[in-house]
Amino acid sequence: MYQDGNALAGPLTEIFAVDMTSAESVCAGCGRAGAVASLRVYWHAGDAVVRCPGCEQVVFRLVRLENRLCLEVTGLRRLTFS
Amino acid sequence: MKWRVATVVESRAETATARTLVLDVPDWPGHLGGQHVDLRLTADDGYSVQRSYSLASPDRVEIAVQRVDDGEVSPYLTDVFAVGDAIELRGPVGGWFVWRPAATEPVLLVAGGSGIVPLMAMIRARRAAGSKVPFRLIYSVRTPEEIFYADELRRPDPGVDVSYVFSRKAPEGARRPVKRIGLADVTTHGWPPDFQPSCFVCGPTGFVETVADLLVAVGHDPSRVKTERFG
Ligand SMILES: Cc1cc2nc3c(=O)[nH]c(=O)nc-3n(C[C@H](O)[C@H](O)[C@H](O)COP(=O)(O)OP(=O)(O)OC[C@H]3O[C@@H](n4cnc5c(N)ncnc54)[C@H](O)[C@@H]3O)c2cc1C
Ligand SMILES: [Zn+2]
Repeated sequence: MYQDGNALAGPLTEIFAVDMTSAESVCAGCGRAGAVASLRVYWHAGDAVVRCPGCEQVVFRLVRLENRLCLEVTGLRRLTFS
Repeated sequence: MKWRVATVVESRAETATARTLVLDVPDWPGHLGGQHVDLRLTADDGYSVQRSYSLASPDRVEIAVQRVDDGEVSPYLTDVFAVGDAIELRGPVGGWFVWRPAATEPVLLVAGGSGIVPLMAMIRARRAAGSKVPFRLIYSVRTPEEIFYADELRRPDPGVDVSYVFSRKAPEGARRPVKRIGLADVTTHGWPPDFQPSCFVCGPTGFVETVADLLVAVGHDPSRVKTERFG
């Protein structure tokens, strides 16, 4: 079962100073635009795999490696803040 | 955002399997209805887990946890964690699934189980702000015994309409047949799409998917349907 991008509000404050869940993301796979909060979040231990609800492709991934935190953004075309 | 130490100052049973906890967090900055906190537990060997819990009240750090019997964190919070105990907390977080007291559109809240928590915070924030915006709450629970905030919802504020969907067992005399939420529930107890309400849907992932699809199917603008999936 998955959660959604709301669950990343806390973890993403470790990287960004503004709330990332209300930013609009555009999927590089299908072009769907929607709030980061509306993306699907699959947890694997403490790592999050974030998928597009439109095409199921991975939009980004939040991975913790010992004391490093890595944000991999291969499936993300654009982020817009308003 | 930094992790801070929170201390339990109040603990009470919400239902037989859910507990309300009030936490004291020094220098709490305040928050909006719909925001949540992350709680973190760390074992002696350094292994740590974190989970998110919605804030239930506009003016204090209050959460309500539903016990998931085979869960890693929730049984600890409902059955072990007690007044005087401390935990690491980060928040308030989440800026999308929120209701702002200055908003003027009618509001539809649809809760499944513990998904009531952030929606109750919105109802309480409306009261605290003296807002007259009309709210409708559709609250789906399996049985009447599983209703959170039962006394408060029995006497809702003027302008707040509450209806229930019972999916396993209904109270005596209920007219609606016992079944999962469906189209008739959202059309009977929701707002017509023409009113352009803000819709907030929260609960288990499957429930949220069903309700969001129903709302869009009856004509609500997808951008006005905000969702939060507890998993
Ligand atoms: C924004 C938000 C608000 C929530 N508000 C409430 C609430 O008010 N009341 C309530 O009872 N529940 C709430 N939940 C659900 C809560 O966070 C837990 O998922 C639930 O208590 C079950 O946790 P568990 O450890 O007992 O169960 P488990 O079955 O052990 O965990 C549940 C699942 O969530 C995954 N998971 C969730 N968060 C993380 C994370 N940060 N890191 C790694 N894995 C994770 C686990 O891997 C597992 O698959 C909320 C969830 C979210 C996303
Ligand atoms: Zn996509």
